[in-house]
Amino acid sequence: MSTELAAPAGSAPAVTSGLGGGGRSGWGAGSIRPVLIILVLLLIAVGIRQPDFYNPPVLLAFLKRAAPLIILAAGQYFVIVAGDFDLSVGSLVTAEVVIAARLIDGDPAATWPVIALLLGFGLLIGLVNGLVTTLLQVPSFITTLGMYLVLVGAVYTWTGGSPRGALSEEFRQFGRRGIDGVPVLGQLPYAVLVLAGVAVLAVLAMRSDFGKVLLAVGDNPRAARVTGARTARVRTIAFGASGLAAAVAAILLGGFGGVSFQVGQGLEFTAITAVVLGGVVLGGGRGSVAGAMLGALTLQTLLTLLNLLGVSGALSSAVQGLIILAAVAVGTLRRRT
Amino acid sequence: MQPDSDQPLLRMRGVGKSFFGVRVLDDVDLDLHPGQVHALVGENGAGKSTLMKIASGVYQPDSGSLELSGRPVTLPDPRAAQTAGIGIIHQEFNLLPERTVAENVFLGREPMRRGLVDRRAMQARTAELLAGIGEAAIAPQTRVGRLSVAQQQVVEIVKALALDARVLIMDEPTASLAEHEVELLYALVRRLQQRGIGILYVSHRLTEVFDLSGRITVLKDGRRVTTLDTAEATADTLVRHMVGRELSHYFPERAVPGSAGASRLQLSAAGNGRLRPVDLELRSGEVLGVGGLQGSGRSALARAVFGIDGFRTGQLLLDGVPVRVRSPRQAVRAGIAYVTEDRKGEGLVLSQSVLDNALLAQRAVNPRWFARNARTTTVRELLDAVEVHAAGTDQEIRYLSGGNQQKVILARWLAMKPRVLLFDEPTRGIDVGAKAAIHDLIRKLAADGAAVLMISSELPELIGMSDRIVVMRDGAIAGELPAGSSEEAVMSLATGAATSTEAPE
Repeated sequence: MSTELAAPAGSAPAVTSGLGGGGRSGWGAGSIRPVLIILVLLLIAVGIRQPDFYNPPVLLAFLKRAAPLIILAAGQYFVIVAGDFDLSVGSLVTAEVVIAARLIDGDPAATWPVIALLLGFGLLIGLVNGLVTTLLQVPSFITTLGMYLVLVGAVYTWTGGSPRGALSEEFRQFGRRGIDGVPVLGQLPYAVLVLAGVAVLAVLAMRSDFGKVLLAVGDNPRAARVTGARTARVRTIAFGASGLAAAVAAILLGGFGGVSFQVGQGLEFTAITAVVLGGVVLGGGRGSVAGAMLGALTLQTLLTLLNLLGVSGALSSAVQGLIILAAVAVGTLRRRT
Repeated sequence: MQPDSDQPLLRMRGVGKSFFGVRVLDDVDLDLHPGQVHALVGENGAGKSTLMKIASGVYQPDSGSLELSGRPVTLPDPRAAQTAGIGIIHQEFNLLPERTVAENVFLGREPMRRGLVDRRAMQARTAELLAGIGEAAIAPQTRVGRLSVAQQQVVEIVKALALDARVLIMDEPTASLAEHEVELLYALVRRLQQRGIGILYVSHRLTEVFDLSGRITVLKDGRRVTTLDTAEATADTLVRHMVGRELSHYFPERAVPGSAGASRLQLSAAGNGRLRPVDLELRSGEVLGVGGLQGSGRSALARAVFGIDGFRTGQLLLDGVPVRVRSPRQAVRAGIAYVTEDRKGEGLVLSQSVLDNALLAQRAVNPRWFARNARTTTVRELLDAVEVHAAGTDQEIRYLSGGNQQKVILARWLAMKPRVLLFDEPTRGIDVGAKAAIHDLIRKLAADGAAVLMISSELPELIGMSDRIVVMRDGAIAGELPAGSSEEAVMSLATGAATSTEAPE
């Protein structure tokens, strides 16, 4: 009964395909064009300041450093685009690294089981965030703030105030090493490979029906529900994705630096800044995961540039704050016009 | 007062106009004589404004002819109408508040002298025109923004007169006026009349019509019902002409009585916090209208069937099989569709594209990771079939008109091939053309075997569309009425003025 529902005679195909108005393809809220332009400008500036920046090994090293933040931003994107926040990822990263060090304690044989456990733990924390938010109807801002505090306290208690144990070299290779002897590039860092994998998965997820429904839930949860979507489930999965992303980021970060309570500090805000910078609208329903990841890359480039210019690292949080304010204000203005 | 000379100023014959295949004007005749006030009355959507726009060159008629003082004319655009001597005073004025009266009157055709605007001539001429209609109190050099609404209306009229208008169309001229200003307008209209100007006076306020007009034309559903001398008319006859409609002209034909098929949806003693136990049967092929006042439980009934606020007690049978519907998702999976009355709040994801909105139900209920091409093709075909007008399927749905948005929602549900469709105010906030299209679609769905439940506050729609009507009151069914019942019958059940004719147990 569906397709022969042609209405009155003489009706030419009414819907022509083509680029429509609105955000996605142009300049409006949710578009990735602005962040791309900022990124290109910043990359040019960095290149001027540090001429060898475009040598493949240097560029790859930069990407390697940016990988954890980009992965976190991808995770955070799923939560934000559904209309929520995840403030727990920073302390989750810390918890993951501290747990890894204590459980591995220098034993190479423990590496793979612990990695599996870390991924499971990240997913679990995310799902708990999601379930509390959706089933108990606690605003995600509060849920994840609570989870942040719980994780900080639990890790302190568990370790007795200072991290114990050590990571194995096998564990650290993901953040540090790569495939050697690749033509032109030299070493291809594992972190970059992991990043590529995460990026592909994230983009595919957003192109799938799940991604479209996630956007719909963030746009108008009531409409999504009344159209048959399992909104609670979709949002919970988004939190799970964020937790999983935090676990992956933690594994990479554990390789870069040492084991400390500071590993993940402030990362939740950096990730949110990155997502917003990527044109994703707080409150949900607009913006792409590619934009969020580009936002993270842009933020990392900006921090690198500030560093090259000799600006104190202490200023970087002020810069992030300004970016959030500016991006949200611009987004609001754009939507109003 | 009403010199009925033989030669009408404006003569319209057989004027017809369609939009998107929907006739909004059909074979309308109208004569306007010099010095006559001819009232044009009718309900909203009767075709008054279309006729007005044809007379003022905004629309081109599909059929019929126009004559001015006996000479056939075509009015390709509003400017042509102005030059031909037809002026129109809209409800919303087209004045520049920061300019003076004279500047507004001569806007775009200022008298020039040595390459400069001749302000003195402009003001003198404006003053002359104002004096000519007894409005000398308005100074030509006053800024329009400082004038009262009634005075601004006078400026609009003077603007038309400056173009030698002989026919003046006034669209609801008292709509924006305060009560004491209405008398002033009356006086002005009479002065214009004495100067031999023919006035087409569009209004649905019958008092004004009786106070001012000499002749009245009643439009209904795009047709001229009657034209009569005001002296012969009474308020009662006018109302009867305006309201009494022949439904078959407007709504798609109903199902043949007795043709309804098997029971698709059956409720027995189904109730919840807002509904007292309801018994109801909905058959394949029929459109069941649900009437009642706001808050009578109409929407609660649809929402309960759809699992938004589900039934707590009783039983729901779909095609004879008992089903528990505890969420919209379960309803959708069971083959029920629900078109909400709150399109923006509950129907659409406004920031997403037309296509994404149309695909939402399938994606939500039956998600896939890959390979959705067939689905997309089907939905595109459906969007074409329901005649959605959009810049493209990638366009954000927020930019579409209400009617087109509603059609996208229809396409969304058609893709699910529902057995039962619930419509809550399906044409609220939708233009006439799209309204008719949606009515046709609803009827076609029923004809194709679906069972349709349609809630409507618009009595003509409720009566015109339904094969049966149930009326709700206080969370219960107050009674059932057959097809084509009168508005009075529905209202008396809804308000409790009458007891039910066929109350279910």
